[in-house]
Amino acid sequence: MKKNQTLKSVYLDHGATTPADPKVIEAMQPYYSEKFGNASSIHWFGKKAREGLEKARETIAARLNADKEEIIFTSGGTEANNMAIRGILDAEKGRNHVIISKIEHPAVLRTCQALEKKGVDVTYLDVDKDGFISLEELEQAITGRTALVSIMHANNEIGTIQDIKAIAEICKRKKVKFHTDAVQSFTKVPLDVEDIPADLISLSAHKIHGPKGVGALFVRKGVELAKQMHGGHQEKDLRGGTENVPGIVGFAKAAELAEQKHVQHMQELRDCFIEKVLQNIPDSVLNGSKERRLCNNANISFKFIEGEALLLHLDEEGIAVSTGSACTSQSLEPSHVLLAIGLEQDVAHGAIRFTLGRENTQEEMDYVFDRLKKSVESLRKISPLGK
Amino acid sequence: MGEISEEELKPGEELVIAEVGNPTCGDMMTLYLKIKDQKILDAKIKTFGCAAAIACSSVTTELVIGKTIAEAWKITKEKVAAELGGLPPIKAHCSNLAVDALQKALDNYERGVNVIKK
Repeated sequence: MKKNQTLKSVYLDHGATTPADPKVIEAMQPYYSEKFGNASSIHWFGKKAREGLEKARETIAARLNADKEEIIFTSGGTEANNMAIRGILDAEKGRNHVIISKIEHPAVLRTCQALEKKGVDVTYLDVDKDGFISLEELEQAITGRTALVSIMHANNEIGTIQDIKAIAEICKRKKVKFHTDAVQSFTKVPLDVEDIPADLISLSAHKIHGPKGVGALFVRKGVELAKQMHGGHQEKDLRGGTENVPGIVGFAKAAELAEQKHVQHMQELRDCFIEKVLQNIPDSVLNGSKERRLCNNANISFKFIEGEALLLHLDEEGIAVSTGSACTSQSLEPSHVLLAIGLEQDVAHGAIRFTLGRENTQEEMDYVFDRLKKSVESLRKISPLGK
Repeated sequence: MGEISEEELKPGEELVIAEVGNPTCGDMMTLYLKIKDQKILDAKIKTFGCAAAIACSSVTTELVIGKTIAEAWKITKEKVAAELGGLPPIKAHCSNLAVDALQKALDNYERGVNVIKK
């Protein structure tokens, strides 16, 4: 395929990762060069690093209305998810049942599948066509042996926002721990731990214009977690390893910079784009809930064509998106999320995920719409399906 | 890429159509061959599939134009992949499907299935 010859570049894959904000990079820099000490060292260099680390911890905690003692920094969302699930199971002797949804991120799904091989019992809750679990089914699935329920706050593929407050309350009532993967929702959807009685919450920096390789796990006071990463006694002896202070400082800066006005901006652009696409490109369908949806997510299936082909067409025009099609996965199976919400396989193959960022503009979205329409038409012309 | 319609046929020409794959698997091709006196005059294909599938199917049509039926039977998935400069292992199945489409069309032709004569 010929190289991208257009000057325009529009990044619409913020669900995959985001560019680090210049202010984030600026905030991180001193912790690489001057305040580079090991935060556990008791000399001046260590103290400076420790100050930055603890200030960052307060910032992240404040964003959740949590206590700073409740924030454990990790290498990212995947580690936080692993830590939560494995940590609870190892701590809760005698209870070895976990309940998750069918649309969890692979970091949760595959961790549970791996634990199943070791004798853990896992219940995978179905979701409806919009991606919601049934609260009744959840309640019925909880037994005396259930150690943990893990349901993600906002789904990374279709953007559906679960009612985690209701889920947390059921779990609290039934005396079962509740974990939620809030990697996609943190700073985009209100998340107050005084309001939502979740026990564990996973967070990640690189989805909010922070650096890659850093995240956190909120662990509510009183929740016992078995250590998974042995080594030093860092992070309240829950997670060994020299703290990634520059990364953590960057994470906190990114959380500070995320504002409600960004959420509104992304939502407006996104809503306008969805409407335009559904009205002007025939045989296109929105996947996931229209109303309870992450502000920057639009997952749309274009019938009769295949996702990867469309993705590469758009890439030629400088537009970056992602797809749930089989061809981009290692297993040649389409997205488990799209199949779980009941999409026919061929419709799942034609799904494109557009995830906006705060820097996207209306002009960019108009350009994307224009190119999208042309690419869809071009691929439909050579498709044996349709008409 | 595209199709060949019955209307295009001139006297003595035949059109054979073959369909392989299915949308559930994410790969489907419909191949059209225009044949006269055991020679392939034109070939077009419609593909539902990824970029590699589209490329394999397109290049297959280019490889068969001008060849005799006997020569076309000799086209392998390795030849198709080589014509594209190679394929990553995970996309190898796309070249399989393109050649399946070709061989099904040739087979259809020989058995008189899905053949339209002018």
